[in-house]
Amino acid sequence: MSSEVKVPTRVHSSPQNLVGRSVPRETARRLVSGRGRYLDDIHGGEVYHIAYYRSPFARAKFTLGDLTAAASSPGVYRIVTGAELAEVCSPWVTRLDMLPDHVSPPEYALAIDEVYWQGEPVVAVVAKTRAQAEDALDAIEIDWEDLEPVTDAKLALEPDSPLAHPALKSNLALERKLVRGDIDTAFKQAACVVEQDFSFGRQTGVTLEGRGVVARFDPRTEELVVHQSHQAPFQMQEIYAKQLSMPLSKVRVLCPDVGGAFGIKLHAYADEMAAVAIARLLAVPVKYQADRLESFVSDAHARDAQVTARLALDARGHVLGLAFEGLFSFGAVSLYPRGSVGEALQLLEMCGMAYKVPALQGRVRGAFLNKVPTGAYRAVGQPLGSAVMEQLLDKAAATLGIDRFEIRRMNYVVDADLVEDSDAKLRGLSLHQCLDAIQAEINYSQLKQRQEELRAKQVYRGIGLCTFVEQTGVGAWLYGRNGVAAASKESVRLELSASGEVLCHTSASESGQGVHTGLAQIIADTLGCPFDAICVRTGDTQSDPVGGGSWASRGLALGGEAARLAALDLRRTVLSVVAAWKSVDIDRLEIDHGVVSIKDGEVLCSLQQVARAVHYDSTVLPMSPPPSLSVERSFTPSKKPYFIANGIQAAEVEVDIETGQVKVLDFWVVEDCGTVVNPLLVDEQIRGGVVQGIGAALYENCVYDETGQMTNASLADYLVPMASEMPDIHVSHITTPEPETGLGAKGVGEAGTVGAIGAIWTAINDALSPLGVTAQTQPFTPDVILSAVLQQG
Amino acid sequence: MQVKNEADITLTINGQERSFNVPVRRNLVDFLRHDVGLTGSHVGCESGICGACNVRVDGVVVRGCLMFAVQADGCQVDTIEGITESGEAAELQQAFLERNALQCGYCTPGMLMTSLELVQSGKAASREEIREELSGNFCRCTGYHAIVDAVEHVMERAKP
Repeated sequence: MSSEVKVPTRVHSSPQNLVGRSVPRETARRLVSGRGRYLDDIHGGEVYHIAYYRSPFARAKFTLGDLTAAASSPGVYRIVTGAELAEVCSPWVTRLDMLPDHVSPPEYALAIDEVYWQGEPVVAVVAKTRAQAEDALDAIEIDWEDLEPVTDAKLALEPDSPLAHPALKSNLALERKLVRGDIDTAFKQAACVVEQDFSFGRQTGVTLEGRGVVARFDPRTEELVVHQSHQAPFQMQEIYAKQLSMPLSKVRVLCPDVGGAFGIKLHAYADEMAAVAIARLLAVPVKYQADRLESFVSDAHARDAQVTARLALDARGHVLGLAFEGLFSFGAVSLYPRGSVGEALQLLEMCGMAYKVPALQGRVRGAFLNKVPTGAYRAVGQPLGSAVMEQLLDKAAATLGIDRFEIRRMNYVVDADLVEDSDAKLRGLSLHQCLDAIQAEINYSQLKQRQEELRAKQVYRGIGLCTFVEQTGVGAWLYGRNGVAAASKESVRLELSASGEVLCHTSASESGQGVHTGLAQIIADTLGCPFDAICVRTGDTQSDPVGGGSWASRGLALGGEAARLAALDLRRTVLSVVAAWKSVDIDRLEIDHGVVSIKDGEVLCSLQQVARAVHYDSTVLPMSPPPSLSVERSFTPSKKPYFIANGIQAAEVEVDIETGQVKVLDFWVVEDCGTVVNPLLVDEQIRGGVVQGIGAALYENCVYDETGQMTNASLADYLVPMASEMPDIHVSHITTPEPETGLGAKGVGEAGTVGAIGAIWTAINDALSPLGVTAQTQPFTPDVILSAVLQQG
Repeated sequence: MQVKNEADITLTINGQERSFNVPVRRNLVDFLRHDVGLTGSHVGCESGICGACNVRVDGVVVRGCLMFAVQADGCQVDTIEGITESGEAAELQQAFLERNALQCGYCTPGMLMTSLELVQSGKAASREEIREELSGNFCRCTGYHAIVDAVEHVMERAKP
């Protein structure tokens, strides 16, 4: 920035109004130019590389043998064992205050004497290069005593089942019930009862960039600096300080560009904890970067549930009651620090939530198994809840001979039904508007007519529909209240610098969603500064204000509101300075495009001139002391636990009943996330979520054999959606601003995934309906489809 | 027999001829990233599935993880840094930005490599054909839709 101060000469004729506009993400220019700086790109002197010897067994005891050959392997600096690491890193236990019965076994950075899943890190090799570290793994000698693993949730809960972990009293990790109204009477009085089993496969996030850390401990200053590919730097700062018994102030966590996260990079993993502990123990800089094979057996797994559900309706199609049971397959421990319970609890809370359900009885259970621990992955449990309800409604509509749109329309919850205080969060949904919009959008009658015509030619097309409601911008209700040290607010600190640039430090991190572009749009509009004068920084616990990070669709919903509040404060400060400086009544002043003027049009000064006066020459200001041009604001929902977004998705699929192949022909989303700050970014965010949902429904599955080995742990074997299998996805919006914030934005990061799974479930089963069969196992592989077709009577 | 673990290679990287002594087992993308310092090419799966490591060798886009650095001896290797510097990818890069055809950006260098090869082939392609061409590049963030939009836009403009 040159030292020349810009002097404004004119007032812009119209305000910027950037909020709501498709502003491209200029900060991504770096990324398209190959100048991203991801974890493995961080340079800064020599580091040692870590490779882990990972357990080949799901459940075994072990004795470490001779490690000298490995230790003397070329390039090896040290071999580190679990016992050594336990000296500096205490074990951690997931505890949730509101779920005292949820007792997780303790977890160590490296296994000691026993292992509980295939892939658990056992011994660390620290070497000059990763290749040399991997070479040395072959020389490590360990005596294994293979034990019987627990691999099936149902069997795990039998009284005579072995335990997945010796610290457990039972494999039952979770049991929760939700009861509302009189369920027995509802089913007794029902004119129609439909019922179905649902199997949701085990998935993982497959972030294209694996997890990783670069950690340095400086014994001179006793400071630990950790670069990590993560979604929640403040959470990790807290965890490292606690586990390594260090003051919080001595731990700094930085997140560089993050190559995909989706909830997978929200947890504390043993391998990353071990790497950081090794940096502390050996006082040398280390890098650990998970490769793809390790990622499959260490990244959080998700979903994996068996659900049985029943719906009771009267003869006209009104829902009387919903009953469901879900059994979830967790891993060997409850993932730290947020636990593995979210998937099950969100099914319990969200299933049927979009509808008026007078009587409800839900029960979810989770079992500890000798598999990779499960945890948060995009949309957590909500897609299951939507899929179950939508599938049951379609079945009921078919049984009663009611139109599929009509049965939804007549049962949607409306504000008049929401009389309890606890229902307040659900007020103001736009379910009916979304339904009407999608019916028009997909041209339903025409689609249906074409479907009928093709059926006559033995071509089986299906139309899927999935209404969804979604928790976004989740507040302290979820983790804070449970005693989990994860910030639930998002914060923004704005500083007007002497250059006239507006520095925005925020806790609202991102991995490409475009949150920072959105924040800059909000700040530019609210403060009245040029968009390109704003510099957004994030991902550093030393310089950012405390906040959650990027999870639970919070960036714009919470971070955006914090940015708006901060910009309002900074605007007020600037105006008070100018009012005093220029002896003008503050109410007569305005700021636009970085120019402070009197409302009649007289230009007074630029933001830069204000900053220079305050920072460098306060003699011109009749103010003492000079005001601070740095303001910080936070936001978290207080009147409700989260902001509910809603919408509906539709899919058209073709099922080949000879080969079992499913082709997704077309896909539509109508979504209400309140104020849309940037449609360009929001729309592709939704599409990305949809594709992850389609992937879940059609391809993705962590396949385990009965010995607890994951048998498809490579990207060649675990199928993910690629461009050629995906359809174009049409996105449109209904806008119901969130009333709790001035911005009015709800979250949108998970919306695509919440509804897409159910849209594929209902589409496939609509396609199969002429055969009188139902497919009920996700992913809907050709095998699953053909098995369903063979059920034909 | 003497086992040779390292080899001297000379290759042209982004237009500049350079010589290196490399371990014979080092693959091309690791060599480019860690020995040459060109970190724009990424490692996603190390098994030739994801395309994050796509680079151009003698004018053909290949998987940087499925080729040893020593196999590139005497070759012309172009990376995202090279096609950015030369400007040949500029139109695609601009289209990716304008259509938000990337989120985390980790797949993007490889995706651009593949897309550029398609654009430069001069052949016409429908959206479906563009999807086929891109089906060797995994993107976990976008819905592919915007990527197809961006490539389609540039191909339209490149039409004679």
